[in-house]
Amino acid sequence: MNDDILLSMTGIDKRFAGIPALSGASFAVGRGEVHALIGQNGAGKSTLIKVLTGYYRRDAGDVAFDGKPFEVFSPQLAQASGISTIYQEINLVPYRSITENICLGREARHYGLLDWKRMHKEAETLLRRFNVRVDVDRPLMEFNTATQQMVAIARAIGFSAKLVVMDEPTSSLDDREVTVLFDVIRQLKQEGVSVVFVSHKLDELYEVCDRVTIMRDGRTVKTAAMTEIDKIGLVSSMLGRTINRAEGHATAFSDRDEKKIGKVLLSAQNLSINRTVQDVSFDVRSGEIAGFAGLLGAGRTETARLVFGIDRPRAGIMHYDGQQFDPRSPADAIAAGMGFCTEDRKSEGIVPEMSVAENMMLALMPKVSKSGVIDEKAQRKIVERFIRQLDIKCSGPDQKVRELSGGNQQKVLLGRWLAMNPTLLILDEPTRGIDVGAKGEIQSLIKSLADRGLAVLMISSELEEVIEGADRVFVLREGITVAEFDRNQATEDVLMSAMAHGNAPRIVEAAS
Amino acid sequence: MTDTTRQQRLAKPLDPFDFLARYGTILALVLLILFNLAFTRNFATMQTLNVNLTQVCTIVIVAVGMTLVIATGGIDLSVGSLMAISGALAPMIFLGKIVPIDSVGIAVVAAMVISVGVAGLFGLFNGWLIAKFRIQPIVATLVLFIAGRGIAQVMTNGNLQTFRVPQFQFIGLGRVFGVPVQVVLMLLLVIAAAWVLKRTVFGRQIIAIGGNERAAELSGIAVSTVKLVVYTISGLCAGVAGLVVIAINSSSDANLVGLGMELDAIAAVAVGGTLLSGGKATIVGTLLGAMTIQLVRYTLLANGVPDAAALVVKAGIIVLAVWIQQQGRRT
Repeated sequence: MNDDILLSMTGIDKRFAGIPALSGASFAVGRGEVHALIGQNGAGKSTLIKVLTGYYRRDAGDVAFDGKPFEVFSPQLAQASGISTIYQEINLVPYRSITENICLGREARHYGLLDWKRMHKEAETLLRRFNVRVDVDRPLMEFNTATQQMVAIARAIGFSAKLVVMDEPTSSLDDREVTVLFDVIRQLKQEGVSVVFVSHKLDELYEVCDRVTIMRDGRTVKTAAMTEIDKIGLVSSMLGRTINRAEGHATAFSDRDEKKIGKVLLSAQNLSINRTVQDVSFDVRSGEIAGFAGLLGAGRTETARLVFGIDRPRAGIMHYDGQQFDPRSPADAIAAGMGFCTEDRKSEGIVPEMSVAENMMLALMPKVSKSGVIDEKAQRKIVERFIRQLDIKCSGPDQKVRELSGGNQQKVLLGRWLAMNPTLLILDEPTRGIDVGAKGEIQSLIKSLADRGLAVLMISSELEEVIEGADRVFVLREGITVAEFDRNQATEDVLMSAMAHGNAPRIVEAAS
Repeated sequence: MTDTTRQQRLAKPLDPFDFLARYGTILALVLLILFNLAFTRNFATMQTLNVNLTQVCTIVIVAVGMTLVIATGGIDLSVGSLMAISGALAPMIFLGKIVPIDSVGIAVVAAMVISVGVAGLFGLFNGWLIAKFRIQPIVATLVLFIAGRGIAQVMTNGNLQTFRVPQFQFIGLGRVFGVPVQVVLMLLLVIAAAWVLKRTVFGRQIIAIGGNERAAELSGIAVSTVKLVVYTISGLCAGVAGLVVIAINSSSDANLVGLGMELDAIAAVAVGGTLLSGGKATIVGTLLGAMTIQLVRYTLLANGVPDAAALVVKAGIIVLAVWIQQQGRRT
């Protein structure tokens, strides 16, 4: 049995600044096996892979590869020992020849000069392995994307790989290219090379993988053969839910008074942009929390970006407050009365070097100024009011926002939009990366805002947040709204079923 | 847990790098002055002050615009060439080479307004390349860095223009209550820019764009407009500086006006404590930075160190300033 195991990782711990990213994770891959690794955002997949490839050093745990203890300190060393990684984006040099691309960084030398003959031969042999026969001396850009992709894969795999890690390899490929990739994976498997396949597209896993390991909160929660687990099983393990769980409130959203829900404020029909958003329709009413549920890559954030004018839809129509709505920029959406708390606070939300006050006033600023000069007094009043109302823990309005905890940063961003007195607030993962206490505070805040008539569009990957928080839930799957449930229909099993299969019946909205 | 980390951060002892990043420039300036008072002969005279102030003026005027540009996360390499353009254009107008103008007063005013305006338009062109086509600022402004001086040389056929027009040269040689006019000009610009940066919506938007451009855009800030204006201001500042230089020299040589100015201005900004990556800027710091660099050069020259060696020391100071900044930021 043990001879069949190529890689085994046990008890892996990894902390960043004291916060555990992996705690006691284990992972085993057999020889010639295609093994899927799945989990939510932040479950620890990437960290586990980076520990394996020597990008990070583990804090504890054992790794054995090919029967020997495995200790590498850089991706280069890992590659030399037979572990290759293919990342999401293909990094090639289009103007150089295929040979140069394949041999980049490991050029064959002959008395200090490049040994072109040997390199061409090497490239040809390597590509022939994947049934590609091309003139390797021609620039890469002359070939179609499928060939380019094969070159990228060939380059990563080389001759000596025993294990190939593919981190979301299909996310930027079209259907035909995905087929090519799967052929390669099968080819590798035939040759006894193992593949670790990270993907969020469940259908793909069933197509090529033998086994699957599911991660959650830095632990490996389950390993099973693909034939033994169905999609619902995958989804529920990823989300940490067991169907028929005992009822009870897990979030701070208590029961809401649905009578206060008003008329439709925002409606969107058949929005599409590209593969990420293909056909999304939904509407949000005043005083209502509408939830977007779905797996990673289902197109929820991308839809929100269309609504807020960051990207422009290729097709589809939106109405806002009874008028046709076609925002060309975030400024248009803001002028219409919207606010958008992005998922990535750090890169799209806070301005780290600025103070709490400056961050909170970023959108409102033009309105608390007289002919371009900021009214410091009026501004300070507003900031102090929101610091009090939202209970932001900071030393004062002048503290730099980067010194605050994640939860308090999120509150500052909420304050930024609430100060605008918006009619619709889009919240993308409002409680991600926030400690439990602050999480509850933010949830009850969202609820009280909706009670006061604000329309809220809430994207969340936490099922209980959507189920208990939202008055209606739209489920997105691969860029399509596949289901809509109202509060009393939305249960974990119907949501998970819709997220997994996308075939749940679309329920006609109940009269309000 | 997050609460305790914050408390630790608040309670931590004074970080030497943080202190240096904040007060290093003024500390260096004070040390330099003390050193000179002790070792340089005739340092504490009005003449020394005048020499140093007049020499630092043009750098500071250009560096004010540069600070705003750098605060947005950009850079402007074209300022030296824009100085050459405005410096070449102004004499052509007030000497009546383009259109003869009878009144000297009108000719001088027209010369100042038009040549500074033209430099501003070239700045707008920089901003347009950067905002509209999303060309990297260093590449976009390289266009006029190269072409600008060429334009100035073509305008003047490469000839040296000499003149003696006191009404115009007032900005380089005149005095108001005993203070050189260009020093007054410099201080006005510094105060205005510092006020804009601190008190106005526009200033706040500049800092926000440099600090996190995506967040700024998502907050409804018209990023492109702000960039256009900032590069235009930088062009205008360069135009003014070009006029001051030729007024002092009583002549305009398109090959020399503003030569190397972009580097002096960037150095002043960096030494002054503005983050070269944007998002944090201090105009007063820039003034102090320019004065520090100037005073180092003066100190070395006055004590018999050749100019060539002084350049090396200048480079050393810039490296040190940037290094301190990075250390301070890491905390």
